[in-house]
Amino acid sequence: MMDTTYDTMETTGRSTPPFPLRSRARRRAFDTMVRIASTAAALFALVFLFWILAVVAKRGAAALDWTFFTSLPSPPGGEGGGLANAILGTAAMTVMAALIGVPLGLFTGIYQSEFGRGTRFGSFVRFTINVMLGIPSILSGLFVYTLMVVTMGHFSGLAGGVSLAILIFPYVARTTEDMLGLVPDAMRESSLALGAPRWKTTLGVVFRAARSGLATGILLSVARVSGETAPLLFTALNSPYWPKDFAEPTANLTVTIFNYAMSPYSDWQRLAWGASLLITLLVLVVTVFTRWRVGEVET
Amino acid sequence: MSEPRRMAPSSPGTREEASARPGSNGRRSAAQESEEARMQEVPAEDRREDPDPVAAGEAPSDARTAPPAPPVPEVRDRAPDAAADASTLETQAKILVRGLDFWYGDRQVLFGNDLEVAERRVTAIIGPSGCGKSTHIRVYNRMFELYRDQRASGTVLLDGENLLDPEMDLIDLRRRVGMIFQRPTPFPMSVFDNVAYGLRLHYRISRSQLEERVESALRDAALWDEVKDQLDEPGTALSGGQQQRLCIARAIAVEPEVLLMDEPTSAVDPVATAKLEELIDTLKDQYTIVIVTHNMQQAARISDFTAFFYKGYVVEFGPTERIFTNPSEKQTEDYITGRFG
Repeated sequence: MMDTTYDTMETTGRSTPPFPLRSRARRRAFDTMVRIASTAAALFALVFLFWILAVVAKRGAAALDWTFFTSLPSPPGGEGGGLANAILGTAAMTVMAALIGVPLGLFTGIYQSEFGRGTRFGSFVRFTINVMLGIPSILSGLFVYTLMVVTMGHFSGLAGGVSLAILIFPYVARTTEDMLGLVPDAMRESSLALGAPRWKTTLGVVFRAARSGLATGILLSVARVSGETAPLLFTALNSPYWPKDFAEPTANLTVTIFNYAMSPYSDWQRLAWGASLLITLLVLVVTVFTRWRVGEVET
Repeated sequence: MSEPRRMAPSSPGTREEASARPGSNGRRSAAQESEEARMQEVPAEDRREDPDPVAAGEAPSDARTAPPAPPVPEVRDRAPDAAADASTLETQAKILVRGLDFWYGDRQVLFGNDLEVAERRVTAIIGPSGCGKSTHIRVYNRMFELYRDQRASGTVLLDGENLLDPEMDLIDLRRRVGMIFQRPTPFPMSVFDNVAYGLRLHYRISRSQLEERVESALRDAALWDEVKDQLDEPGTALSGGQQQRLCIARAIAVEPEVLLMDEPTSAVDPVATAKLEELIDTLKDQYTIVIVTHNMQQAARISDFTAFFYKGYVVEFGPTERIFTNPSEKQTEDYITGRFG
């Protein structure tokens, strides 16, 4: 039995190749090389990421105590102190930026995906958004500086919020367009075919279908912007006091890191590490949370 | 399907209720007979003379074709009579198509389509891929207008009213002409809300009326027994065949007059297909159905009339039985016997 099977296999088996075969050994060696190179590059990047995380965690953890979250910073050279004012200021300006930037971005994305598709203006808007995504964040700060700080005569939290909003806007617009673009046209058509008007189709069906992706995109863009320093340097500046109103320079974490890390005082340096860890944790938590949520929605 | 077909004849859609009442049956069936006779005659007169409409496409265009004279099939030669035709037929055909041309940008894909869709009958549209079947029915609810570069011209009368008229209210048109798509498209909401979507759109309706209508739509779509305990679960959690019946329930909940089905069974398994076909058979008591299908056996099984499309032309149109047993066009015969397509 075995023999006959083997015989038939041999007779119907491999034929002589029409051309000389390429060296298999060389192909295999090259394959191995590419695999090693790409794995090494990935590891290299990971090492640096974890290195940064480890340093920030080690140095920062020492600063994160109760007073860090509850008190004002100590005067130069003073002992202890915290960054409660900066935490509050960053939170307030980020919220303000989100309140301005997210709705604008959402509607721009809706326009691009639902109304401006295939129009000249639509592609012009898309191009502009892409350019805005590439603009260095410091330019947003300079722009708001000339627009608001110079005209109002002083640095302010308001200007800080606006410059962050300018950064949030293109992220959200882009994500919205991408996410709504993933919703199949058949879904829009099904809604329109029932006699739904366009706005109802967009908000009631398309938006719902894309909601987890939208939420992820918005959260990530807000988290990313909350770590921006450059746009705040020219706008909100910084302050050692509690933020009272948005018309004054407003304390914030990132500019505090910038100032304190460069200072000669070890307590300020410690606070800067603490602030770094706090921002890193915030971005990490938001990222993991959205990943987890998206995973949950998709299953 | 022993349940009452409709729950209490509540406010909207009384017209259908009235004409579906048993009392009116005698009159209706007489009308239908003459309609059927007409349906058999018209295509015969109109189309049989020319064995190859594609060749006939070279014929000079008539005055009603505004856009750059595309090839026009022979049926257009009768254009002067078309108006008269329309007036006599409008009482019999639910949808009457005359000289329908369609363009994707500069590319013409439908050429002078003429068709009569009989009321409360199933009309199947068959033909090879890319022959314009879907494009044709997407004119009936003007779905094509969603896309900037798509354009239709000609006459499509729905109950005698040209639905291509820019004055026609789109929202009202789409309430009257529902559509089922190739892939089931449950909305990202609960089973209940899916079916209630259209009802809430068009009607001021109380919660209890809403519940009643949702149930009756689900019953009519032969889905109620399977989903009555999971009305609050997402529509996407149902199986493919159930999703498609959910879409049918959603479409019939607003009580359309016409149901367009664009290859409704192509994305579901054979068992679900059989169920859908059974459902279509029961639905035709109440709705005028136009179904596009790739599956010729399906067309033969479920339709009363069949139109064979080829390269954008209506090559042959007539009672399904005749099309499948005694086609008068060579192309139709070649297609249904599997020689091409």
